Amino acid sequence: MCLAVPGQILELATDEGGLPSARVKFGSVVRDVCLAYTPEAVPGDYVIVHVGFALQILDEPAAQATLALLDELPGG
Amino acid sequence: MEVCGGQTHTIARYAIEDLLPSEIELIHGPGCPVCVTPLALIEQAVLLALRADTVLCTFGDMMRVPGQTGDLFDARARGADVRIITNALDALSVAQDNPEREIVLFAVGFETTAPTTALTIKQASTLSLSNFSVLAAHVRVPPAMTLILDSPQCRVDAFLAAGHVCTVTGTTEYEPISGQYQVPVVITGFEPFDILLGIDSAVAQLESGRAGVENRYARAVRPEGNPVAQATVDEVFAVSDQSWRGLGVITNGGLRIRDAYAQYDATRRFDSVPSDIAEPTACRAAEVLQGLIKPNECPEFGRACQPEHPLGAPMVSTEGACAAYFRYRTHIEPNI
Repeated sequence: MCLAVPGQILELATDEGGLPSARVKFGSVVRDVCLAYTPEAVPGDYVIVHVGFALQILDEPAAQATLALLDELPGG
Repeated sequence: MEVCGGQTHTIARYAIEDLLPSEIELIHGPGCPVCVTPLALIEQAVLLALRADTVLCTFGDMMRVPGQTGDLFDARARGADVRIITNALDALSVAQDNPEREIVLFAVGFETTAPTTALTIKQASTLSLSNFSVLAAHVRVPPAMTLILDSPQCRVDAFLAAGHVCTVTGTTEYEPISGQYQVPVVITGFEPFDILLGIDSAVAQLESGRAGVENRYARAVRPEGNPVAQATVDEVFAVSDQSWRGLGVITNGGLRIRDAYAQYDATRRFDSVPSDIAEPTACRAAEVLQGLIKPNECPEFGRACQPEHPLGAPMVSTEGACAAYFRYRTHIEPNI
């Protein structure tokens, strides 16, 4: 249930009920996502999306730091 | 103990336990909202779904949890209008499209999901919908961790805390738990490497005699969490005691809809409250949820209880520990 996946914002929009939303790309799939909880997100940002809601903007330096740790593994 | 069922699945899927030294054991926690939703509430959802004037909307995970009179797929087969949604706001569209019918959103989940339900209720109020309500079973993780630590049977030396719960709540809620019980709490993500980072921090703390809160999922978790989401949850819900399946009533273990939004509370709108329902006796889900036994130590695991015909919720949900073991740990013999 707490599954949340990162996706990249393509464009901003407003949903039928007036809430901020966005077209978000997850790999090859594009879905509408509610941005009410990340109103400062802009196109190009990666957001963590849970059941159609963006819950946080991905912190890119922190993500890069984790990837760098992965590179340090033997054979990585 | 990894708290979240999503982490349990990563651990089982990538056979992470098999790669670890024997001194490190992963105890699987209760972090599967479908698994801890009380049987009586599932039965209430089935009863609401069977009302002629009602449409029940819920997430796919809830469909196959058996209640006393079958699951929600059975209810649908008996004529109930049950719709699977992937976004709580979709239930509002159903309400707008069917003004002559009652739309009930059956919403379960931890702190990660509560903001989505809260905003949906607020939005129903904004849109002045009079035919929409929520059967809510939202639970809170920290009180469950405290309950586990207070148990005399507790074997937990450190927690891998649920990353996406902390995405919403932040990390400060865990400071008192870590301090009071002197137990390391490491905020951990869901990729195999994230799990290893969590274990690395937990072991480093234990070996050096430290016990603190550490964040190894910083790309998605900020110390303050998401304050906008927290404020919305606080506006719509109040912290309350909550019954967890397998664990009993947990003080401050859940959320109830505030009186200001009472008209959107299905438990107050309808009087279809079933009394306490007995759990299937052969199922040892309660012990699995408390981390007291591994799924394969249940005599019914892989025998009478399989994903196709589950006895208990941990075999139903994609996040349940029993389902994870059944799906990925095929080299483990049942009941060893």
